[in-house]
Amino acid sequence: MTQILVGLLSISGLCAFLALLLEIAHAYFANYGECRIDINDGTKQVTVKGGGKLLGTLMDQGIFIPSACGGRGSCGLCKVKVLEGGGPILPTETPYMNAQELASGIRLSCQVRVRNDLKIAIPEAFFLIKAFKTRVIGLKSLTHNIREVHLKLVDPPEIVFKPGQFIQFEVPEYEGCPEPVYRAYSIASAASRNTELKLTITYVERGLATTYIHKLLQEGNEVRINGPYGDFYLRHSDRDMILIATGSGLAPLISILYQMAEEGIDRKATLYFGVRSRRDLFYEEEIRRVSTSLPRFTYVPVLSAPLPEDRWEGETGMVTDPIQRDLRDGSQTEAYLCGNPLMIDAAVKLLKAKGVAEDRIFFDKFS
Amino acid sequence: MESTLSAPVIFFASIFTNNILLAYFLGMCSFLAISRELPSAVGLGIAVTFVMTCTTALNYIVYHYLLVPLGLVHFRFIVFIIVIAAFVQLVEMIIERYSPQLYVVLGVFLPLITVNCAILGVCLFMVIRRYNFLQSVAYGLGGGIGWLLAITALAGIREKLRKAPIPKALEGPGISLIIAGLMALSFMAFSGMIQIG
Repeated sequence: MTQILVGLLSISGLCAFLALLLEIAHAYFANYGECRIDINDGTKQVTVKGGGKLLGTLMDQGIFIPSACGGRGSCGLCKVKVLEGGGPILPTETPYMNAQELASGIRLSCQVRVRNDLKIAIPEAFFLIKAFKTRVIGLKSLTHNIREVHLKLVDPPEIVFKPGQFIQFEVPEYEGCPEPVYRAYSIASAASRNTELKLTITYVERGLATTYIHKLLQEGNEVRINGPYGDFYLRHSDRDMILIATGSGLAPLISILYQMAEEGIDRKATLYFGVRSRRDLFYEEEIRRVSTSLPRFTYVPVLSAPLPEDRWEGETGMVTDPIQRDLRDGSQTEAYLCGNPLMIDAAVKLLKAKGVAEDRIFFDKFS
Repeated sequence: MESTLSAPVIFFASIFTNNILLAYFLGMCSFLAISRELPSAVGLGIAVTFVMTCTTALNYIVYHYLLVPLGLVHFRFIVFIIVIAAFVQLVEMIIERYSPQLYVVLGVFLPLITVNCAILGVCLFMVIRRYNFLQSVAYGLGGGIGWLLAITALAGIREKLRKAPIPKALEGPGISLIIAGLMALSFMAFSGMIQIG
């Protein structure tokens, strides 16, 4: 018995001693002191504590770089140009870079560690991105697994965004989520109502953020967001429009439709909305309301697996099926796609085959 | 019974006649994976040498002043690995701080030094052969330098091989293993000089 105790105690003691030693070493070696970051050739200079990743360090300074994955290195969005002091490019970055980006010093800011003074360049638009304090003023179940979160902006009280853009939602610590995480959600409300935002969020089994939003978030809670981000927004032209959404990918498109209805942008537009069955459809009332002021707008819901009780007589199959059948010549068409990445890959391929120019296909992949 | 060989003899023997890699074939995975280019091979070799020397010394102290008096000798595998793991963490921190380039090049193989069997092997041989402290450190340093020598030689040969006409089926690991075998054969020629194990 004592033998076992002595064994346990001495091994634990040894481990504790080594852990302490490593902590001390970490405090000493991982201390990079203060570093200066020069942004856009002196436009802005910040002095920061070194040692952190560039993305988080800039965020602490109120400069927000778009990122959909929250710094895990899996979305490849948080690109910035590092002119000096970035060190060698890391193997975790190269998969997201093309040859031109590699040559011009583009880096993933979530992978670059601030070890010394840096010189970086970012688009001016990033300075417009702000952090907002908001309050939940409404929670609504749109379908059995999509929740609408209605936020009222508190500080600052207004947001300027382009319909189609997204924001990042900060999920605070909770049981099962040891540190705050950020997730990107598209804005599903009209840009004209700039004191509030609506987000549509699909529940993901065991998802850190969606579990919080679906199970724990209450009306009256404070929510921190930052944004707006993204280059998915309406381009002005007279071309025909094809809008394709699956699931909660409808969010940015409904925002674009509100904009078209309010500004009287009368273009031939068709919204293909793909879901499994009737119970997954949402915002039908909103779509109907927009369509009254858009005479050349058509709404095509497509069910991939209608239930018998749906008594569905509309389109069935993949959301791309009706396009495959109806679109003859895509050369005068512009496309806006949002939703499941597999759907987007398939739709882009189809649209290109139908003659839609690649630079007129805009999409926002949910990953 | 304690080993009667002097420390310098053990040092040279562990480099040439009893090379941990070429005579015992320990530490093969990083030997094959990081030997494509000379600079990173030398970098890893130096890191391994450093870790090996220091952990042999540390493990000697832990073994003789902690495990033996407490009668916990049977825990030596776990304890040795824990000490090596902690030490590698430390080395990783230092390399990341002072040589980011080497840090990137070594990549995942730096933390993998922890489970480099050559390092654990040296610690265990030290116990089996009943070395005293000085002999152990000499053995650790010699083993590390021997490993460094072997990986440097292989990396040098592989750099030359890039322009050599190699049969398609033998490219990459195939030819590297054959070379490692030939190198082991040639090192066996030293074995008549001294024997330690």
